Amino acid sequence: MMKVAKKIYMGLLYLFLYAPIIVLIVFSFNESKSRGHWGGFTLKWYAELFRDRQIREALYYTLLVAVLSTVISTIVGTLAALGIHNMSKLGRTVVLNINNLPVLNPDIVTGVALMTLFISMGLELGLVTMLIAHVVFSIPYVILSVLPKLRQLNKHTAEAALDLGATPSYALRKVILPEIMPGIVSGALMAFTLSIDDFVISFFTAGTEATNLSILIYSMAKRGVKPTINALSTLMFITIVVLMLIINKKSDKGENLLL
Amino acid sequence: MNKKLRLLAYPYSVWMGIFIVIPLFLILVYSVTTGDIHDASSLKLSGESYKKVLEPIYLNIIKDSFVLAAASTLICLLLGYPAAMIISNTNIKYRGLVLVFFIVPIWMNFLLRTYAWMSLLSPNGFLNRFLMWLGLPKLELMPGQGAVLVGMVYNFLPFMVLPIYTVLSKIDKNVLEAASDLGGNKIVTFFRVVLPLSVPGVVSGITMVFMPAVSTFIISGLLGGSKTPLIGDLIEQQFISSRNWHFGSALSIILMVMILISMAIMSRIDQNNAQEGRKV
Amino acid sequence: MRKTLSCILILILVVGMAVSLSGCGQKVVINVYNWGEFMDETLIDEFEKQTGIGVNYKTYETNETLLAKLEAGGSSYDVVFPSDYAVSEMIKRDMLLPLDYSNIPNIKYIDERLRGQEYDPENKYSVPYFWGTVGILYNKDLVTDPVESWDILWNDKYKGQILMKKDVRDSIGVALIRLGYSVNTTNDAELEQAKQLLIQQSPLVNGYYGDEIRDLIANGDAALGVTYSGDFMDLYWEGIDNVGYAIPKEGSNIWYDCMVIPKSAKHKKEAEMFINFMLDPDVGFRNSEEVGYTSPNTEVIKRMQEEYPEVFELPAYWPDEEALSKGEVYVDLGDYKAKYNDILTEVLAQ
Repeated sequence: MMKVAKKIYMGLLYLFLYAPIIVLIVFSFNESKSRGHWGGFTLKWYAELFRDRQIREALYYTLLVAVLSTVISTIVGTLAALGIHNMSKLGRTVVLNINNLPVLNPDIVTGVALMTLFISMGLELGLVTMLIAHVVFSIPYVILSVLPKLRQLNKHTAEAALDLGATPSYALRKVILPEIMPGIVSGALMAFTLSIDDFVISFFTAGTEATNLSILIYSMAKRGVKPTINALSTLMFITIVVLMLIINKKSDKGENLLL
Repeated sequence: MNKKLRLLAYPYSVWMGIFIVIPLFLILVYSVTTGDIHDASSLKLSGESYKKVLEPIYLNIIKDSFVLAAASTLICLLLGYPAAMIISNTNIKYRGLVLVFFIVPIWMNFLLRTYAWMSLLSPNGFLNRFLMWLGLPKLELMPGQGAVLVGMVYNFLPFMVLPIYTVLSKIDKNVLEAASDLGGNKIVTFFRVVLPLSVPGVVSGITMVFMPAVSTFIISGLLGGSKTPLIGDLIEQQFISSRNWHFGSALSIILMVMILISMAIMSRIDQNNAQEGRKV
Repeated sequence: MRKTLSCILILILVVGMAVSLSGCGQKVVINVYNWGEFMDETLIDEFEKQTGIGVNYKTYETNETLLAKLEAGGSSYDVVFPSDYAVSEMIKRDMLLPLDYSNIPNIKYIDERLRGQEYDPENKYSVPYFWGTVGILYNKDLVTDPVESWDILWNDKYKGQILMKKDVRDSIGVALIRLGYSVNTTNDAELEQAKQLLIQQSPLVNGYYGDEIRDLIANGDAALGVTYSGDFMDLYWEGIDNVGYAIPKEGSNIWYDCMVIPKSAKHKKEAEMFINFMLDPDVGFRNSEEVGYTSPNTEVIKRMQEEYPEVFELPAYWPDEEALSKGEVYVDLGDYKAKYNDILTEVLAQ
C-alpha cells in the first residue's frame, strides 16, 4: 500500500517536472513558428539545426563553459567548504554570509557588477570573463551542498585515521571525501545546472567573442523563439537520457558513478 | 588537522574579496550616489535612491516578493521532503538515476520552459483543453499569482530535493533501527529522529530556494502578465530599461539586507535544532 | 566517470578548435550585432565571400540591452541595429560615428518619405533597415466590433481580454495618442492624464506582455492587444488567418529599426561596406522575404509588389497615406524618461 502511494507520488512529481518538456518536444515538430498554432508535423527544424552556424557556436560555448565552470567550482568549492567547516564560529559566519551574496543577489546585479569590475580591470569581455562569472556564482552552491555533509561527518573518524598514522591528505582522500561525496556530486550537479541555464550574467560578461545558447534564445524573444531551438533541446534531452541509462547499466553498483 | 584544513578557506576568501566583495562595494557606492555611472568624477553623494525605495509602492512590491518567495519555498519543502525521503530509500542501483532525472528538466533553457508553461496554463492552453475534454470547468490560473507560483516551484524544486536527499542518504540506518527497537513507531521515529537529523539539509534547501526566489524575474512577467511586479523584475528594469543604476542598486542593497536578516533568523533556528538533534 | 568526463572534455575542445578555425585567418572581421532572427543569415556568408571580410554575427533582444552593453564598453561593435528613439539617444550621448555616404552609394534606394525623420533629421548617423507601425492585433473569432479606434482597449465588453505592452513608450504612447497628445510629451499634466487613463484601464487588462502578445492572441488566450505591425506579418506569413491588424484612426507610432556604427567600431569602412551591401536591391529583397517586415528600399518594394501584391492590401505591411501622415516617431526623452518609467511601474502595481 505504502509502496503504491510512493510510486504514485513520484509519478505525479515527474509528470509535473516533465510536462513542459513534453510540450517543448511537441513544438519541435510543429510546422508553424507560432506557439499558438499547430501547423502540421515536420522534421524541417531538425534539418535546419545542422545548417545553423549561430546555434553550433552557441552550443559549443555553452557546453565548454558549463563543463569548465563545473569542474573548477566543484574543486574550489569543496576545498573551501573543508576550510570553512574548520574555521572559528565568527569566521565561518562572516565567510558564509559573503558566500551567500551571489545566491541572494538578483542575477542582474551580479552581472552588472561583475561587468563593471572586469571593464575597470581592463579586461576585454569574452570567454574568460564569462567563465570567471560562472565560477563566481557556482561556488556558493557547491559550498552550500558540501557543508551539511561535513556537519554530519563524525569528527572522530578523521582523527582516528590520523592517530592510526594516516597522513592528512590520505585521511582526506580515503576518509573524508567518500563521506561527503554525495554533497560534492549534488553541488556539481547544481553548478552545471546553473551554468547551462544562465542568461543574465552571461549576457553582461560575454563580449563579441563568445555567446551561449541562453543569450541566443533570449535574443529571439522579439520574433518568437524558432522551433530549431526546440529541436536542439529535444536532441540534448534524448542524449542526456541515453547517456544516463548507459552509465547506470554499465555499473552494477550505480552508486559509484552517480552518487 | 583542523588548523591545516582551515587554510583551505583562505584562497577562496581572497577570491570572494575580488569577485564578490568589490562588485558589491560598487553596488553600494552606486546606491548612495547620483550622477553618470560611467564617469566616476560626476558621482555625488545622495540618499535620494533610498528615499525612493521607502515609497509605499516599492515597499509593497518588496512585500509581495517576500510573500511569494516564502510560499514557493514552503511548497517546495512540502513537495520535496517526501520526494527526498523516497529517493533515499530507493534501491541503490536506481537512486542516482531517479535523482538525476529530477534535475534534467532544468537543463532545458529557462525561457523555453517558461514558454512551455504558458502553453500549458494559458486560458486556451493544454491543461484547460484537457479539463474541457474531461468535461471539467476551466482553470483560470494564467495570468495570475497561481501560475507564477507554479513557475517558481517548478524552477526551484530540485534545489530543495538535492540537499535534503544528500543529508537523508547518510543517516545511519542503525539509528533508525535502534529507534524502532526502542518501541518508536514510524511517525515518532520520523519526528524525533529523522527530521532533527535532516535539519542541515533542510536549511541548505530553504536557503537555496528562498534566496533566489525572492529576486526571481521573468516568471512574473510571462505567467503573471506583469500584474504582480516583483522586486527582481523591478531591479532588472532599473538596470536595463530605465538605466537608473543608482535606484537599482539601492533596491538590491535593501533586498540583500532583508534576506540576510531572514537568513540569520533561519540559522538561529538551525542552531537550536542542531543542539536538540545532538541531544537525541 | 572520470574517463567519461575527460572524453567529453576532449570532444568539446576538438569541436571547438574546428569551430574557431573555420572563422580564422588574417582577414578583417567586423562585429555585427542585430536583433535575434532579424536577418537572412545566408546573406552573411555571401558578404564574406564577396568581400573577403569576416563577419562575427551576434544577436540581442531589446534596444535597452543593446544600449546597456554599448554604454558599458569592454568590447567593440561595428554595425548595430537600434530603433529610432535609441538612435536619437545615442546621437545625443555621442555614441555614434557619422556615416560616410561615399561608401554607401546604395542609400539612393531608400524611400525619400522615410528619410530625415526626427530621431536623426539628416540621416547623418543612421540608415533605416525595416520600418512599421504600432497598432491593435485582434482575434477575429473573439472581436466582432470593428477595430478602428484606440477606444476599444477601454471597452468594458472586453474585460479580461485585453493585452497591453509592458514597454514604457508603447503603453504610455497609446494613452497619449488617445488623449490627442504627442507620444514624446514632456508635459507633466499631459502625462498625469495618460497615467490616470492607464490606471482606469488596468481592471480590464488581462496582462502586460512583451512580444508574447502575438501568440497569445493567435491562440485565443486573449481577444486583442497592442502590437507592432511586424508581429501581425509574422502570423500572416505563417498562414494564420484568424487575426486582424488595425492602425487606429487617431494615429499611431511609426518605428524604424536602423543600421548605425557605434564609436567603439574598429573597422568603420568595412562596416559601411556591410551597410551598403544590405541596401543592395537583390540582397534587400531576399532579406525582406526572410524577415517579412516592410523594407524602406524602393527597389525592394517594387519587387515585392510584383511577387506579393496581396500584402500591399494589408495596413500592417503598407499603411495608407493617412496613417503615415498621422504617425509620429519616438525620440529620446533624456532625463524625462525616468518619469515615464515610474508611471508604468505604478500602473503595473495596481
